Amino acid sequence: MSGAVVVAGYALRESVRRRVFVVVVLLTLLFLGLFAFATAKVFEHTGDFTIGRNIGTLDATGLVAATMLGLGMFATLFLATVLAVFLTLGAVRGDAERGLLQPLVVRPLGRTSLLVGRFVAAASVCAAYVALVYAGTLLIVHQASGRWPDTVVGPGLALIGASAVIVALALLGSVFLSATANGIVTFMLFGAGLVAGLMQSIADAIGSHSLGQIAHAISIALPFEALYQAGLHALTANQTGFTGALIQLGPFGSAHAGGPWLDLWAVVYVLLAGALAAWGFARRDL
Amino acid sequence: MPAALSVSSLGKRYGRTVALDDVGLEVAPGELVGLLGPNGAGKSTLVKIVCGLVRPSAGRALVCGAPAGSREARRALGYLAELFRFPGWARAEEVLVLHQRLTGSDGGAAERAALLEQVDLLQARARRVEAMSKGMQQRLGIAQALVGSPRLLLLDEPTSALDPVGRRMVRELLERLRERGVAVLLNSHLLSEVELVCDRVAILSGGRVVAAGRPADLVHAGGVEIETADGVRRFERARRDEVPGLVAELVAAGERIYGVRLLTSSLEEAYLDAVGGRQDEDERRLTPDDAVAVPRGEAS
Repeated sequence: MSGAVVVAGYALRESVRRRVFVVVVLLTLLFLGLFAFATAKVFEHTGDFTIGRNIGTLDATGLVAATMLGLGMFATLFLATVLAVFLTLGAVRGDAERGLLQPLVVRPLGRTSLLVGRFVAAASVCAAYVALVYAGTLLIVHQASGRWPDTVVGPGLALIGASAVIVALALLGSVFLSATANGIVTFMLFGAGLVAGLMQSIADAIGSHSLGQIAHAISIALPFEALYQAGLHALTANQTGFTGALIQLGPFGSAHAGGPWLDLWAVVYVLLAGALAAWGFARRDL
Repeated sequence: MPAALSVSSLGKRYGRTVALDDVGLEVAPGELVGLLGPNGAGKSTLVKIVCGLVRPSAGRALVCGAPAGSREARRALGYLAELFRFPGWARAEEVLVLHQRLTGSDGGAAERAALLEQVDLLQARARRVEAMSKGMQQRLGIAQALVGSPRLLLLDEPTSALDPVGRRMVRELLERLRERGVAVLLNSHLLSEVELVCDRVAILSGGRVVAAGRPADLVHAGGVEIETADGVRRFERARRDEVPGLVAELVAAGERIYGVRLLTSSLEEAYLDAVGGRQDEDERRLTPDDAVAVPRGEAS
């Protein structure tokens, strides 16, 4: 395991020295700035949104705050996915093709330790990144609306879990695919997960059981999506009535709570992906 | 003490392509063995199997008694790949620190300084890899392979990017390693280099060992050239101990002798014979039994 720690430290140092973090921080600050500007503008008009409409018990501020928080969660997951993919897309085959991997693999650390080290490094970076960006979006929405989500920590942890799943998938892909192909595949899987989430919302809206089942199966097969949906649900877990229904039907709402089984499945999923990656890596001629 | 490297009945297939077929090879501690062969002969595949990068299809390879690819085997060896790269952002010393950690070497700064000194990179210890020439990177690769004092060193074309000074430095380094008991398997296209430093040579062709032995055993007698007033006369099959008799015969026949030269084949000729290549100088050996008269002006 000490070999894994060395590899993780090496991967983190590489990110620092290649100025990956500087670029990421600058672009994230730009994103948060735009998000803050948009949020402030949205809440400037939230009052007009309620006046003159006969919409009963609608909590307009709550609806807009939940939507902005959902948007923030989506953006956080998307940015974390970009980070996860670029930190791992060439970890095995890409590095082997460039001749970077061979000097490391012949050392006594072992191939599995190398994979574990790369996973720990990328998942740690993504976790820290998700935590910071998620906290930033919460603060921005709170500053503009005075509202906090119904659950603060749970959605953040769900996003961190989702990013870890994506890291595991990208690392698994790096064993079997070239770096470019792996990046494409991972982003397509991310897109498939998002489509499944939207299908779920549509299924809920029209009451289609079969569509809902398909969407649910996809989100279980790609548990980062199920975790994301669970996070969205937890954001507005206490919203009820007309406002709650509107939020759930919106693009950033979800009627599907997570729970210990989902968390357990996500952990098992990461372990299975890791085991498959280790198996494939052990059999790969370099 | 087990052999530093023991390879027996080793085979490797890539689909229908046979990369190695029934290869056997032993390298004793402190022995320097050269691996020769044309492109695609299986040299790099053999080296990669020994260091655990490639899995064999048949046979086995033992490194200091441990199966190739095992942790014990990897602990005992140092490896310089033919096509390798270190991260451009890393400094020379950082590369060695990383490999010290991965190897579990406790040599610290003293080991790093000694290794960099050996490959003449001590002054460039703080330089980034991306700012180094190809030759410097190759020398850093050699230093990296020596981290942790390996008992078996696998060098795949270690001098391909080096200038003559760098090559000489590597030769001297290999000789020092031999004195310290380090076994070396040297894969190189440079026959002269292999001939200069290696105790033994194995020639691979088509995935098989087609010749093996000491360089002096692989080369063979090439006859005698005697320069006379009429030109150079060659005695293709003559040996050294026949020279006095040949000279006496020529003198008795009224020839005037200006010079005598013993001919031996080079390792390159032995190599080309072994791998089935054509020699450029075949015409020199057209008459096997008798002397060939060459006009004096054409003698070289």
